[in-house]
Amino acid sequence: MADINNTLYNEIINEHNLRPYHKHSIEGANYTLEGVNPSCGDEITLHLCVDGEIVKDGAYEGEGCAISQASADIMLDMIIGRTKADALHLCDLFLRMIKEGITEEEKEELEEAGILESVSHMPARVKCAVLGWRTMREIFEGKD
Amino acid sequence: MEIIRLDDSVRDEFPLIKEADIAYLDNGATTQKPECVIEAVEEYYRRHNANPLRGIYELSVEATDAYEESRQAVADYIGAGDASEIIFTRNASESINLVAYSYGMSVLNEGDEIIVSTAEHHSNFLPWQRAADAKGARVVFFDPEEDGSFDLNKLKDLISEKTRILAMTQISNVIGRINDIKAMTDLVHEAGGVAVIDGAQAVAHIGVDVKELGADFYAFSGHKMYAPMGIGVLYGRKELLDKMPPFLYGGEMIETVTKERTVYAELPHKFEAGTVNVGGAVGLKAAIEFIDRYGFEQIVARENALTAKVVNAMNDMPYVKIIGGRKACNHHGIVAFRIEGVHPHDVAQIFADAGVCVRAGHHCAEPLHRYLGELAGTRVNSSTRLSVGIYNTEAEIDRFLDVLSGIRSRMGY
Ligand SMILES: Cc1ncc(COP(=O)(O)O)c(C=O)c1O
Repeated sequence: MADINNTLYNEIINEHNLRPYHKHSIEGANYTLEGVNPSCGDEITLHLCVDGEIVKDGAYEGEGCAISQASADIMLDMIIGRTKADALHLCDLFLRMIKEGITEEEKEELEEAGILESVSHMPARVKCAVLGWRTMREIFEGKD
Repeated sequence: MEIIRLDDSVRDEFPLIKEADIAYLDNGATTQKPECVIEAVEEYYRRHNANPLRGIYELSVEATDAYEESRQAVADYIGAGDASEIIFTRNASESINLVAYSYGMSVLNEGDEIIVSTAEHHSNFLPWQRAADAKGARVVFFDPEEDGSFDLNKLKDLISEKTRILAMTQISNVIGRINDIKAMTDLVHEAGGVAVIDGAQAVAHIGVDVKELGADFYAFSGHKMYAPMGIGVLYGRKELLDKMPPFLYGGEMIETVTKERTVYAELPHKFEAGTVNVGGAVGLKAAIEFIDRYGFEQIVARENALTAKVVNAMNDMPYVKIIGGRKACNHHGIVAFRIEGVHPHDVAQIFADAGVCVRAGHHCAEPLHRYLGELAGTRVNSSTRLSVGIYNTEAEIDRFLDVLSGIRSRMGY
């Protein structure tokens, strides 16, 4: 039990939480969507600037636990500059990692986001970790 | 009954507490169960189980007796005048729903007002919101002060000839202060209204006398007072209960039924449709006997000493903000707090990691958190809460404080 949690609040998560790179408002976002996690009150508003198929820029604003905020920050790090299809593919990997598990190669694709894998053992934190990702998917695919 | 000395050896009565290496400090959510409660439930199912109130045979009579003795024990425990004023339910939430649907829906008319304290658990708010919506009545909020106290003058200003109901908690599950229920029920009675008191956080921690409080209705759950889950209580004044229509309809709540007409059973059975939870009621009686063996004088002293220790230590941590003020004497077993810069869910996670069970979230009191945030000029939608029970110890509080003092650095500050 202790191990899982020791890896949860590691430097990477703390850094993304305390000094987030993408937590601000942006100009020219053509997609903005609010995601909430009603069970703990985490909230993020995700902004994306999408040009054709490419996610040109993105940012988020909000309030919530370190897991929800850091996860959204890491996600934006990964999807900015990629195509919508890539972003959705990563989202699929991330959600699968948390729900049922993925292969080592797949986890490599997830880069930093892979450190959130331990959340899969913590039912109360799953919704926090997936909040940003689900909001992104909803922007592209509508509500699930 | 002979009073037993209360010290740390009480832990030996709780199998889960004795065996697990955790500091269980989430007693506001639910308490652990002592051996005597577990055994009483087991004994009932092993030797006395039958459908009560129905059978002619001996076993059914035993089950009926066990059930009704439990009702009497509850009546004695909270100072009800008569056992028929005790209705068994599943929990405090169901008890309050019963009042809202049966009493509320009968007496409320368009334009009437229900005063609900902003500190209420959703259980003593949502049923009133629903009843108000259905009847064109209005919910009026009674706000606490920043230190968690309630100003009676504010209540006086809210009460009018439109007031029908006051929904008020005796001890808020977030603030932890004992409210002056007597003064409040006096005020609402003068205006011709009734008071529905939520005793969920009180019954295991302070002595309760519903008559002294002037409560017209008083609701609580067994599981927060060392009894099993699934058994709860509604106390109601007989004059009111007599006039109220049933809440749930079905078996065991009637005198006679014909195709045209039904005559409902006497109190309390009118409100207990269907087969009841005898095992739960038996467990509740055992829990009452458990509490009575120690007595509230000792329980209050022990629990208040533990919360005082928490509050005093937090007062030396400038980054910890306590909900309900920094005065130790105002916290009765409950201390909800926020740590600057760290979200309550992360706080609770770090505690969990260290084997300390505390709760994070809005504790089913969203309006309260929002209101406190407004008062403080920030957004507050959750907090972390420690709540003690009879078996908690100084050593567990030390363990809690040890983790608490390391949280900010753990989160990168
Ligand atoms: C003050 C208060 N009222 C009502 C409740 C509801 O209790 P239950 O969930 O057992 O119905 C709780 C417990 O969660 C509570 O703390």
